Amino acid sequence: MKRKSLFLISMMFIFVFSASTSMAGGPPQVGSTLPDIKLQKPADAAELKYLGLSGSGEFTVAQIKAQAVILQVFSMYCPYCQKDAPNMNRLFGMIENNPTLKGKIKILGIGAGNTPFEVNTFKKRYKVVFPLVPDADFTIHKILGEVRTPYFIVVRMDGPKKPEVVYSKLGAHEDIEAFLSEVVALADMK
Amino acid sequence: MRRISVVIVLAACFLASSAYAVSEAYKGNIYDTGRLKPADSVLKVKVGQKAPDFKLKAISGKTVSLKDYRGKKNVVLSFIPAAWTPVCSDQWPGYNIVSDLFEENDAILLGISVDSIPTLYSWTRQMGDLWFEVLSDFWPHGAVASRYGVLRSDGTAERAIIIIDKKGVIRYIDVHDINERPSLESIIRPLEKLR
Repeated sequence: MKRKSLFLISMMFIFVFSASTSMAGGPPQVGSTLPDIKLQKPADAAELKYLGLSGSGEFTVAQIKAQAVILQVFSMYCPYCQKDAPNMNRLFGMIENNPTLKGKIKILGIGAGNTPFEVNTFKKRYKVVFPLVPDADFTIHKILGEVRTPYFIVVRMDGPKKPEVVYSKLGAHEDIEAFLSEVVALADMK
Repeated sequence: MRRISVVIVLAACFLASSAYAVSEAYKGNIYDTGRLKPADSVLKVKVGQKAPDFKLKAISGKTVSLKDYRGKKNVVLSFIPAAWTPVCSDQWPGYNIVSDLFEENDAILLGISVDSIPTLYSWTRQMGDLWFEVLSDFWPHGAVASRYGVLRSDGTAERAIIIIDKKGVIRYIDVHDINERPSLESIIRPLEKLR
């Protein structure tokens, strides 16, 4: 009887863990609610203010003050992410310099498998002007379906399923202007 | 009891998940090795001893000898298991954007793999133009890796970082879990101590 119970407990253990790893079965689907990922708050006051946050500790995407958030899953070790860094800075500039978009669309980079030191190295090397947060142990990367990099997820913050995934694609954008127009349309921003 | 053992093995399989984020730069051409035995060799060198010298061909066409850097530069040896595999493909591209950190510490980086020159050339072209030399330890197969004690039983190398100072003395060794990438700071911090 004791042996049977131990077997059952072990099977339950497998079930629980396999259920959690099954989140790595694929990237977030358009139309779904973004999984509840916990991110480290930036130490920089300006970046905290940009995201509409305060204090220290963790935050979720749902707490970001915006109508739409562009999440970029990147890595310091990814050649395409390195090449795309200037484009991402340009995208940030286009948003911040447009009075109708400023404050409504925010960008956040998640460094898959990158330590804070590695994220800061990437930030300094490419003079990245928007917040980047580390995901050193791949926790977030696993929840987001172990996507290749760079991967982009856009969430709409004022839709019925907050935050609702409206864009989920692999690869950098050759045409940043077109991508921004797509984000504006998908987020149904007037 | 046997049943419990099977369950434990199954659980280990579920828990052992990948720990890399392969860049789209490789267009899905990376061979997934699955999770490997973390280390599979016995070190033949230790901190404080003179680093065994070697001479290897680089993909740049040069022949690189360790003793050429004696008295001039600290040397970081980055042994990687094999080209076109997951973690390796997510390692050297990161070093490629931090040449300044190596320069600040009067160091150079030598990437070493047991792959052939043509294979290494094709693979590293996906990473952009690398500032450091990539050396082929292909023939006699893995001879340098073997001399340092980082050649695995299947003919690949360990994922190892070995730091050698300007006097040619080994100052740092990290035979890392082959399934994981050593952090950048785990290389830079020991280098800073050599200043």
